[in-house]
This record gives sequence, structure tokens and C-alpha cells, in this order.
Amino acid sequence: MNGRERSARELIDATLARIENVEPQVGAYLSVLEREARERADALDKRIAAGERFPLAGVPLAVKDNLVLEGTVTTCGSRMLERWVAPYTASAVQSMLSAGAIPVGKANMDEFAMGSSCENSALGVTRNPYDLERVPGGSSGGSAASVAAHEATIALGSDTGGSIREPAAFCNLVGFKPTYGRISRYGLIAFASSLDQIGPLTRTVEDAALAYDAMAGFDPMDSTSVDRAVEPTAGALREDLRGVRIGVVKQFDTHKLGADIDDVYDRALHDLEALGAEIVEVELPTADYGLATYYLIAPAECSSNLARFDGVRYGLRVDGADVAEMNERSRAAGFGPEVKRRILIGTYALSSGYYDAYYVRAQKARTLVARDFAKAFESCDLIAAPAASSPAFRFKSKSDPYSMYLMDYYTIPMSLAGLPALSVPCGWVTPEDGKRPMPLGLQLTAPLFAERPLLAAAHAYERATTHAAKHPTQIAEVAR
Amino acid sequence: MSSENLDIAYVAKLARIALTDDEVARFGAQLGDLLGHVATLADLDLESIPATAQVVESRNVVREDLERASLDRETVLSGAPQRQGAFVRVPRIIGQA
Repeated sequence: MNGRERSARELIDATLARIENVEPQVGAYLSVLEREARERADALDKRIAAGERFPLAGVPLAVKDNLVLEGTVTTCGSRMLERWVAPYTASAVQSMLSAGAIPVGKANMDEFAMGSSCENSALGVTRNPYDLERVPGGSSGGSAASVAAHEATIALGSDTGGSIREPAAFCNLVGFKPTYGRISRYGLIAFASSLDQIGPLTRTVEDAALAYDAMAGFDPMDSTSVDRAVEPTAGALREDLRGVRIGVVKQFDTHKLGADIDDVYDRALHDLEALGAEIVEVELPTADYGLATYYLIAPAECSSNLARFDGVRYGLRVDGADVAEMNERSRAAGFGPEVKRRILIGTYALSSGYYDAYYVRAQKARTLVARDFAKAFESCDLIAAPAASSPAFRFKSKSDPYSMYLMDYYTIPMSLAGLPALSVPCGWVTPEDGKRPMPLGLQLTAPLFAERPLLAAAHAYERATTHAAKHPTQIAEVAR
Repeated sequence: MSSENLDIAYVAKLARIALTDDEVARFGAQLGDLLGHVATLADLDLESIPATAQVVESRNVVREDLERASLDRETVLSGAPQRQGAFVRVPRIIGQA
């Protein structure tokens, strides 16, 4: 881009044409920023012509619709904010803009980031580009689908219990959640404040590293932002894993996932060893308590964060005889069922008489999860695990809420401990209920603040394999 | 940790969400089910374990008490469901109509 092989405008025009072509099938975006993208591209081209250089010049960017971008309708996938226009821009989005990236659309998502399939969006359906009858994953489903379908080069998502890593795995992408506090949450509409993190979904580890380098760093606007030097990652990517000890978790036995899936993860471990890594067994004794811990903490925090949506200052209002009735009716109309469920369970867990038994207890269990990881990292440098228990499933196949929560089983513990983790493509299986091979993701986790060795190792694995190179074919067939 | 104590209608009142009877029944069942799953936390010995509020252990973060630019009022009010001049309008809060 900076070398002027193509102008930003050309790149954006091509992306917008692709979006127009495939969106009817994929549905990744809730809004496409055609005019704004072209204006930004033209402005960027002028600055490049004048001699400025940008690390992500002209990169078409999808922005998950829980990130505010000034002047854009920012919905969180909810009727509550269906028409709300953001009056400011999130710090992380601003960082990407300053690096030269150009937002082309706001990506669909599970409502208020609650979900693992994107089916909880109240405003649109997003399909998995690798099999249009399957979900793209969630909650950053639109972000994943946009990059997988070549409707963006980089997408920003958010991850609370797995919402970047799981859709990345479902859509054959790299999905990266940094250490809690590394990327500012200012402008990310909050779901669970002690868990939420912004991160990139990309085709390659290098792109994820570039995006992370652009966004990471202390931000005074976020009181949980960590004031700690960021070691740049994009220049430190490795081609081998000599000297790297990779822990495999005894509690995460992939035999349980079926022979086909087990084979893929087995082969992934062999590939890691072939690169020079030493595989060691580690334990996370409290791994099985992760779901219970998370599904008390996250709903509790969400019940607090979503209290602001009361019909008063912004968003949907349904009138009532008094303020309480207005609140109750606005929230009844504005929130979908999963959001209501989580607010209710969260309110209950925080209510008088139950606060100690539920919320505080879960916070203590969280300490145990974090300690388990710290202990495991005494004998390894990275932990390898599945990103999800299955490939992308068919629409409406998980009608029971708890069966959907189980999709987060492998990603929740890392969120609870605040650790940096990513998913990288590791192979294919053809599900029993389908004909198309679907991707699987290998989740790599590092100790707190160890983004650099994490991305370095993921890059080595990616370069030694060819899984990422397989592009969706179903869309191209229909679009012809 | 008994799900029999889960009074959905009461919790909905606390959470300011109006539920239909059908939702009360349906959510009651689904959340009762979830509480059954989270009951496994009772297995853990958490007696001497400190709670983790958030993992990076920030302390009270404050800034200098200096005036600085905020959001433009017009822009913010334009997002309000009902406004009256420089105010957001809501149903009567104090006293009888």
C-alpha cells in the first residue's frame, strides 16, 4: 500500500464490490460504510502521496457492532440500540484508523455479545462462508464471516468467554484475544467488564500481530488499561519452535470429541513437535468448574452493565405510566431472550442473600482457575487446546441454552485468568450432518503479557501447515 | 444453592424487565437448570481463597481534576428518545400528576 502499488481507493472499491456481491449470502454486516470508506480511502491516498506512511495503509476493516465509531449506527445486534448513532470512537478503533485501516462495515454479532453462534442477533442472520447452512460462531460471527468471505482483511471482535476464538475457529481464521488490559475497552459497549477484551480476526498470524501492535497500549480512558510497555510482535514471528515447551491439558482429552476431531488435534501436536517443540502434559484441575464460574460472573457483570439501557437517555423507549413501567417495558421490548436470561441470572446472583453464595463464590473459584494456569506454566511456555468442542454446527441445532454455553468450555478458563490466547486453523472434519469439510481451530494460550512468544509460535505453526489457505467455495459457486 | 428459591417474577422486578407469563415459566425452567449446573461450585473448598475481581489488579484509578472537552450536547441529546430543549424528557418522577 505505502509503496503505491495500488491506491487505497482501488482496494476499498474492490472490497465494496465484493461485499455487494456476497452479502446476500453471507450477511456479515449490519451496515456497510460505503461513502465513509471511499472518503477515508481518498484522504489516505492524499496523505500517502504527500509522503506519510502507515503500517496498515488502506486495509479494509470490519468493526464488530459493539464498538463505537463516531457517526455510525452502533447496535450491539440489539433492538435496544437499533437506531443509535455513536457520538464518539472507541480507542482501539481509533488506533486502527490512525494506522491507516479503513472501516468498511459494522459486523453482525450475538446481541450484546451474548452467544456462541451469532443466532442471538436481533437484527440479522450471518452464515458461515464455508457452509452457508452453518453458523459462523459467536459472538463475533459477522467479524469472522467478513474476513472468511473476503469482505474485509482484518476484523475487530470482542472476546469475553471465547467470542473471538470460537468464530475464528469456525471460519478458518486466526482469532486473537490479548491479555486483559492490553487493549483499551474505551468505546467497547460493555458486557462483562472484568472479562471483555477486543482483538483481531485475520487470515494470518502476521496480520493479527500487526493489528495487535497498532492497538495495544495504555489508555487513560480505560481504568482497567494496563500501564505496561508493549513489546511489538509483528517483527518477532518465528519459523520454528525449538526450545518451546507446549503443555497439553490432561483434563482436555480430545478423545471425547470423536475420532475425526481427535485425529486432527493429534496431528497438530505432531506438527508442533516436528517444529521442535517439546510436548508436556499439564493439569488444570479446576477446568471443569470454568463454565459454572463464568456463567455466574459474566451474567452478574452484564446485569450491572446493561442497567443503563433503561429507555431514558438513549436507545429504545416504550412509554409507561411512570418511570419504572417505562424502564420495564423498554427493556422487555429492547432485549432478546438470551440477554434477558443473563440479566435475570446475574441479578439473582448479586441479590441480597445470594451474593456470597453465588457471585463471591464464583470469584473465589476464579482465583483457583488462575492459579491452575500459573502452576501449569511452571512446566511449559504455551498451552495447546481445542478452540471449540466441534466445528461449526447447523442453525437452530442448539435450542437448549446450556448446550450453547458448552461451546465455550475450552475458551472460558483463559478468559477467567485474563490470559492471552488465540485460535489458529489446524485442520478439517466433515460433520456427520453435512457434506462440506469444516475447519477446526487450535487454541494456544500464553502466560499473562506473553503476546510476543504466543504470536511467534502461532506463526511457526501456521507456516508449517496449509490449513489457512483453503478458501470458501460455496459462495463463489453461487455468485457466478 | 437451591433453584427452588429462584423467584423469577421477583428478580425480573429487580432487573426492571417486564416478563410475560410464558417467559416467567420458560426462563424459570431454563435458569433453574443453569443453577443446577453451577451448583457444582459447592464441591470446591474455597474457605481460604481470596476473590478475584479482575486479574490485572489495578487499584483505584483517578485522573487529575482538570476541566477538558466532553461530548457535544446536541449530538448526545439527538440520541435521546424524548427531549425538551437541553433536557431529556421522562415520565413524572415526583408527586402526582
